[in-house]
Parts: sequence; structure tokens; C-alpha cells
Amino acid sequence: MENKLLNTISEKLKAKFGDAVISAEQSYDFPVFEIKREKIFDVVKFLKEDSEMEFGFLTTMCGLHYPDNKGKELGVMYQMHNMPKNWRIRLKIFFPINDPEVPTLTPLFSTANWMERQEYDFYGIIFTGHPNLKRILNMDEMNYHPMRKEYALEDGSREDKDDTMFGR
Amino acid sequence: MAEVNEIEKVEEKEYSILNLGPTHPATHGIFQNVLKMDGEIVVEAESTIGYIHRAFEKIAERRPFYQITVLTDRLNYCSSPINNMGWHMTVEKLIGAQIPKRAEYMRVIIMELSRIADHIICNTVIAVDTGAMTGFLYLFQWREAIYEIFEEICGARLTTNIGRIGGIERDFSQKAWDKINKFRKEFPAGLKEFTKLVERNRIFMDRTIKCGPITAEKALNYGFTGPNLRAAGVDYDVRVMNPYSSYQDFDFSIPLGTNGDTYDRFMVRQQEMWESLKIIDQAIAKMPEGNFHADLPEWYLPPKEEVFNNMEALIYHFKIVMGESDVPKGEVYHAVEGGNGELGFYLISDGGRAPYRLHFRRPCFIYYQAYPEMIKGNFLSDAILTMSSMNVIAGELDA
Repeated sequence: MENKLLNTISEKLKAKFGDAVISAEQSYDFPVFEIKREKIFDVVKFLKEDSEMEFGFLTTMCGLHYPDNKGKELGVMYQMHNMPKNWRIRLKIFFPINDPEVPTLTPLFSTANWMERQEYDFYGIIFTGHPNLKRILNMDEMNYHPMRKEYALEDGSREDKDDTMFGR
Repeated sequence: MAEVNEIEKVEEKEYSILNLGPTHPATHGIFQNVLKMDGEIVVEAESTIGYIHRAFEKIAERRPFYQITVLTDRLNYCSSPINNMGWHMTVEKLIGAQIPKRAEYMRVIIMELSRIADHIICNTVIAVDTGAMTGFLYLFQWREAIYEIFEEICGARLTTNIGRIGGIERDFSQKAWDKINKFRKEFPAGLKEFTKLVERNRIFMDRTIKCGPITAEKALNYGFTGPNLRAAGVDYDVRVMNPYSSYQDFDFSIPLGTNGDTYDRFMVRQQEMWESLKIIDQAIAKMPEGNFHADLPEWYLPPKEEVFNNMEALIYHFKIVMGESDVPKGEVYHAVEGGNGELGFYLISDGGRAPYRLHFRRPCFIYYQAYPEMIKGNFLSDAILTMSSMNVIAGELDA
């Protein structure tokens, strides 16, 4: 049944957006779609407003960082929910770290406001068109984006907590 | 030109700026709101959050899976067992573990008890903010009773770290059962007493009806979940829509409100406490025989005697404690119905000892952004009441 949902939605999306859908796969109980960054706003708008799709609820959103994927280092994951039919899907976009600009979803979902501010704060992803894009959890004076993988959790100069045997 | 501007300035209405928080006794936590006031009416508000941000998502990227349970404790600390269980179930989903029915039923009892504890705090605090201290003092002894049950089960009260990946750390002792049964027998009278004090109290009703309302449409757009969304009339409950931990075995209803105002939010929580009691009753009555944990040697710590006497158990003990258990690659999302909404865990594993990425979907972080809109045009005292009725928990807000 879950694969049926994957097929339904991926057919719909491919018919409408063609190449913008890079991949579609099932991951545990979620259909996951990778979308071209430029098209993400249109895809989400379509999913929200199409009479058959009706994904009217943005469950959550989070940033991703894969330093080894050259040209696709940063990413954003969106989860949408069609409550009447109980369909849940996940959308992903990836883009280079030098050009971290993503169209904002705030015109579609008010809830995207703080979610996007949080990912800006954590990863430095610029959501173009966001009404108030500033840091939300960290202090305004902070000059880096702490969730990026290059920042180790602890101060790198400390020697008393050397744990080369364990951990990344 | 300069003079004309000055005259215009004089004619402009003057607003006062009020800093509500970060440490204000009426906000019950570290919440800052900069309010633009016209007399006693809130014209505009801006929330500042992050005062107790502890970077849990970052810390989690360096910890073995079982050590992340203690981070989830500190999200919504009013109902930490639900967070713990949600995390365990996320990992179980990732590794594909099957949990015995008995463990699932025990989890349901623990989760529903903590839902009651969470709602007790929220609802009595609404009453306190309207000036009704008595109900708070009366009902709080039942929260104490719940914490004593938790203490009996896991040894801790507030930040419980209850349960393990694969089940519960130990079977309920006879004393724990006694306490649960005692609570089950005596709590309804206490809740009825509180109900009589507050629910149909004219002063309370006048104070809370039409205070901080939100429509269903707006609530959905703002990502509301849990009692706040149900108060606006949307019957979304994760326990029913995506049943986890055998919730499909139980018969309970989802209380709904209509106006989405403070009174409806209060009433939904009141009704949910009765529903939780119903679930606990059914779980006790139908409690299956069997083991209280799954057969998961790679994840579930062996008993101490075996560690000392059995080579294999010793190896697994070390593997678990050092966080060297094998994890499949993959990404999962698991949501549970927390005390205040859909608490989701989005976990990406790259096969390493710690998550590659762990994202918490914190319900109150998401719905608190509607707060400025909800209090616009209301009195300052209504703003206070709206905040306490939204059940915003600082630990979860700032993660």
C-alpha cells in the first residue's frame, strides 16, 4: 500500500514537473522525493493546493549537511502531511554550500517562518523572500552556523577530553 | 518641513513598549515578548526565544543512541516519559525490532500517566493565572502520586530516562502496581473536585471564553498539533492516525473543542485526562503475559549477574555501553502524541555509532510562533492566560 502511495505521487509530480523530480524512493514508511531546488516552491504549492494531493500541513523541516557530496553539500528536508487521507511524504533538496539560497515557504505556510529561521541559524541556509530571516536560537552576534559538520562539538584545542578511541 | 513633521509626530498615537519576560513570574518559564501596548491592549508582539538553547541536535550527533534518551528527557520535561518512549520507538523502527505486547502495554500505561501529569500542570496553571490557587494546590498532589509511580518504576521523577531501546528496564514491581492501582482508584475523585471548582465556575468561564482564540484553518497553517489543534476543532491525534505501541488495541475518544480559545484548550485537556484513565484501565485489564523487553542482545543490556558470569553477556554489555552496536543505514521519522502535540524524531543514520543527523519536531516550537497573532488586540492579562493555556515548555521550545 505504501508503494502505491509512492507511485501515485511520483506519477503526479513527474507529469507536472518532469525533470524537476530527481528521484523517488521508499524509506521505511515514507515516500521520499528529491526535487530540484529551483522548483521546490512550485512543488510544495502544487502539493498543497491540488485537489487530489491536499498536503495542507507542513509537519517539519530540517537542514542537512553532507560535506563529501561536492556540489550538493547542503540540503533541506521537508515533511508534509495530508491529514484527511493520512498520507505523509518527505521532500528533499540539495545545493552547493557556496550558494545556499532556497525559496521560502512562508507565503504558503505561516509555520515555515520559525522553521526556516532555525535552519538559517543552524546551517546558514538563506531562504529568499523570508520576512524576518535572523537567528532564532543562538545569539545574534554568533559568526558561524554551528550545525555544519566542520564544527566539532567541543573546543578542538582541549586535550583533557581527548577521545580519539571513540566517536567520530 | 521640519516643523510640519514635528506636528505630525505629536498627532501620532504614542505606544508604550513593554518587555514581558524573560524572567517574569507570570510567564512560567524563560519567555521574552516585546509588546507594543496601547494602554492595556496589545498592539504588536515579538517573541524572542533561545534563552535555554542547549544545542541538543548537535550534541546528539556525537552520542551513542542510548545516551540520547537523557537529552529527550529535557525537551518537554513535564512529560519526559513520552519523549523517552518516542525516542526508543524511533530507534526500534530503524533497527526493525519487534517489541513484545507486554512491554508495549506497559509503555502505554507510563505514557498515559505522564500525559495526565502534563495536563495537570497546564490546567492548574491556567487556573492559577485566573486567580484560582486552590485547584492548583489540590490537584498537584496527584502529580506527586504519578511521580512516585515513576520513581518506583525507574528511580527518577522528573527527568526519568525511563525504558530502554527494546522494552522497559524492569518489570513493574508489586509496589509499582499497588501505586498505580491506588492512583487509579483515588484520582477520579480528585479530578472531579477540581472540575467542580473550575469547569463551570462563572468567573473562570468569563475570564477564559474568547480569550486568545485561533481558527482551525489558521491553526493548521501554523502547524498546531495536540490539544491546541483539537481545541480548534480538528480531530488529529497521532495515537489514532498512526497508532504506535499498540494504541490501536484501546478504545478511547478524542475530545474536541470548537472555538480554539483558552476555555476550549482547557476543556480538551480536562477530557483527555478522563480518556487517559480509560486507556490505563484497559491496559491494566488486558495486560498480556510475556516478557517486558524484546530479545535484542545488541541493544538491551543483559542482567548484571549474567554480565559477571557469562562471556557473551559481558561482550554485549561492553558493546552497548561503548555504543558499538551495529546500526543499519537509513532515515526514519517517528512521531508520538506528546503532552502538547506531535513530537517527532527524524533520524538519519549512516551506520556510525551516533546519529548522522537527529532532528526533533518540537510541537511547542512550532505553534508558539502563532502567539503574537493570538494576543493581538487583547488585554495584557489575556496574553498571560493565552500563553499558559498553550502549554509552552521552555525546554522543548529552545531544545
